[in-house]
Amino acid sequence: MTVKGGDPLDRDHYVNPEPFNPTAAETLSPEQERYYQASQWKIMWWKFRRHKLAVWSGAILILFYLAVPFAELIAPYTANERSNDHLYSPPQAVHFFHEGRFAGPFVYGLEASVDLETVRWVFTEDRTDVQPIRFFCFGSQYKFWGLIDGSFRLFCPAEGGTLFLLGTDRLGRDVFSGLVYGARLSLTVGLVGVTISIVLGLFFGGIAGFFGGIIDSLVQRVIEILRSLPELPLWMALSAALPVTWSPVWIYLGITVILGLLDWPGLARAVRSKLLALREEEYARAATLMGATPSRVIRKHLLPGFTSHIIASASLSIPAMILGETALSYLNLGLRRPAVSWGVLLNEAQDISVVVVYPWLMAPVVPIIIVVLAFNFLGDGLRDAADPYK
Amino acid sequence: MAFYVLRRILTMIPTLLVISLLTFIIIELPAGDYISNQIAALRAAGESASIAKLEFMRSEFALDRPFLERYLIWIGFWPGPHGFDGLIQGNWGWSFEYDKPVAEVVGPTLPLTIVLNTATILFVYVVSFPIGIYSATRQYSWGDYGFTLVGYIGLATPNFLLGLILLYFSNRWFGLSIGGLMDPQYIGEPWSVAKALSILAHLIVPTIVIGTAGTAAMIRRLRANLLDELHKQYVTTARAKGMREARLLLKYPLRMALNPFIADIGNLIPSLVSGSVIVSVVLNLPTVGPVLLNALQSQDQFLSGFVLLFVAILTLFGMLVSDLLLAVLDPRIRLGGKAPS
Repeated sequence: MTVKGGDPLDRDHYVNPEPFNPTAAETLSPEQERYYQASQWKIMWWKFRRHKLAVWSGAILILFYLAVPFAELIAPYTANERSNDHLYSPPQAVHFFHEGRFAGPFVYGLEASVDLETVRWVFTEDRTDVQPIRFFCFGSQYKFWGLIDGSFRLFCPAEGGTLFLLGTDRLGRDVFSGLVYGARLSLTVGLVGVTISIVLGLFFGGIAGFFGGIIDSLVQRVIEILRSLPELPLWMALSAALPVTWSPVWIYLGITVILGLLDWPGLARAVRSKLLALREEEYARAATLMGATPSRVIRKHLLPGFTSHIIASASLSIPAMILGETALSYLNLGLRRPAVSWGVLLNEAQDISVVVVYPWLMAPVVPIIIVVLAFNFLGDGLRDAADPYK
Repeated sequence: MAFYVLRRILTMIPTLLVISLLTFIIIELPAGDYISNQIAALRAAGESASIAKLEFMRSEFALDRPFLERYLIWIGFWPGPHGFDGLIQGNWGWSFEYDKPVAEVVGPTLPLTIVLNTATILFVYVVSFPIGIYSATRQYSWGDYGFTLVGYIGLATPNFLLGLILLYFSNRWFGLSIGGLMDPQYIGEPWSVAKALSILAHLIVPTIVIGTAGTAAMIRRLRANLLDELHKQYVTTARAKGMREARLLLKYPLRMALNPFIADIGNLIPSLVSGSVIVSVVLNLPTVGPVLLNALQSQDQFLSGFVLLFVAILTLFGMLVSDLLLAVLDPRIRLGGKAPS
């Protein structure tokens, strides 16, 4: 075939002078190499990091959880400290400028008077009484974790002054300090409960998925029945059965056990279906043939395959437990004073006519909603990252 | 179909038995029983006159028998002091706290409980269905983003706190109580259209409060399911052949996505019923919720046992209806196969 001049095909074409490398398609770029050699957890982290909302939620949760070990240092008062002169005192706003001049963060002192018509205390800001907030200071005495005496705090009220950032309740207890102390119980209840639920879920899901047969169908029936029951009424009944004579610590443990006791079916079901799929894999069969015991096969060979899934789904059931504790304490069935949790604080808000007059009693609602939202976003991010090879 | 319905109902019986046993164990967990505790209190106070009467009541209600026997008497499988007289025979037990039969205590609250839960399920269906379709067909539109955001917040906001917040603001802004079942002037009045309307108006807020989280979850599920279907090739084929969008959507992908939608409602029912119990307490609605709370606090065991059982049966019944609906919709299920999820 001859091609005449002027034909569009007749032009110079580029030829790469370099020698042809027949494995070019198989060589990995440094980026790919990094990806293929990274561990599963590393890839999960890369994937998780892309989920901006989940990362932010995680950061917020870490902030909140700081209150768990350091509650005594953060709160300006202890949780059950009463200020008899300040019953139902409103929140004191933090100001920076006094009469046009910068005066650092301070609050105005409160002046109490009695309103004889409604028969209650009325607090007004005394605009001449400047009470600067002290930082890294020594305030009232506390027992750190109930063990070590101390009085050092992050910030405290001025000498002889008050600092009620979110007001006080009916006995003059500082609501903000209550929130900080309450975080200790409210935030850990979910973690302990989930731990119990994971142990139960792994056990029942594990035996059901691995052995199959009659054990499997028995566990499946139990799961089905438990899942078809409304949780909250059962939680209520179980925590009403906790003896009144128990100390707060035991009640707390009892509540976490109750919360975990009804939560495992979902987890067990996930474990079971994963196990059913994984035990057919060749590496599992090889291990069995080499004489590994069932528990070893489950622990060493199958479990690592879906740990990430368990963590992700567990993180999604933590908020439900936090809410469960809150609901029970709100209904007077869970924790009680002197134990302080967000639900116990909300208990003060049971009478709506009181709340309308003293709205700051609703304050615990805010951290609860923030924490629950954050856990939901975090769980979503974890769930997406849990299967990094997809 | 008839065979499927029969089989489905028969499988409920063992479940019911297990649940009733579980309930009985739970209500027997606290130390002693209502009457023994009263006897102990009287003895401590040194009053022996009324103890004899209480001892008589103890044997009257078979509280002095062994555990399994008490359970069987409660259910009605075993002759009690008055022959076969248990739940199956229609005797719901005796409320010690109110000194009345349980039926008289909870009787008035049962219809409202059922109405409230049915209304909530309908609300979830009616609201999530169109929004789910809208979000899927107009993916990444402003409306879709808006609903997703609202849905996220709705999913995470605990219903009883939502109830509390709404209660506060309605009191604060409008000075009106959204709690209770009807306006105070209708209490004790004979039935009338105005009274029925007042009840309906008062049902709106609790229905929304209980149903929000469920609705948000359903919207997300329906959107995801429908999106999966919309990207399949049969949709492209139908569109290439010139089918109109609306007809195309209703005829094929929607039907496929409907299946998991209905199955999910079944899974949602336990949490909806849970929600209705606590929201009723917060909003002071005369459903079984407040009754249960009181009964648990005063250890009124037959009353709390009956309410627990009733709530569980209500849930089971809801799941039964959702299963039957699914069978009507999907022949693969009533013919013995399994639904793809």
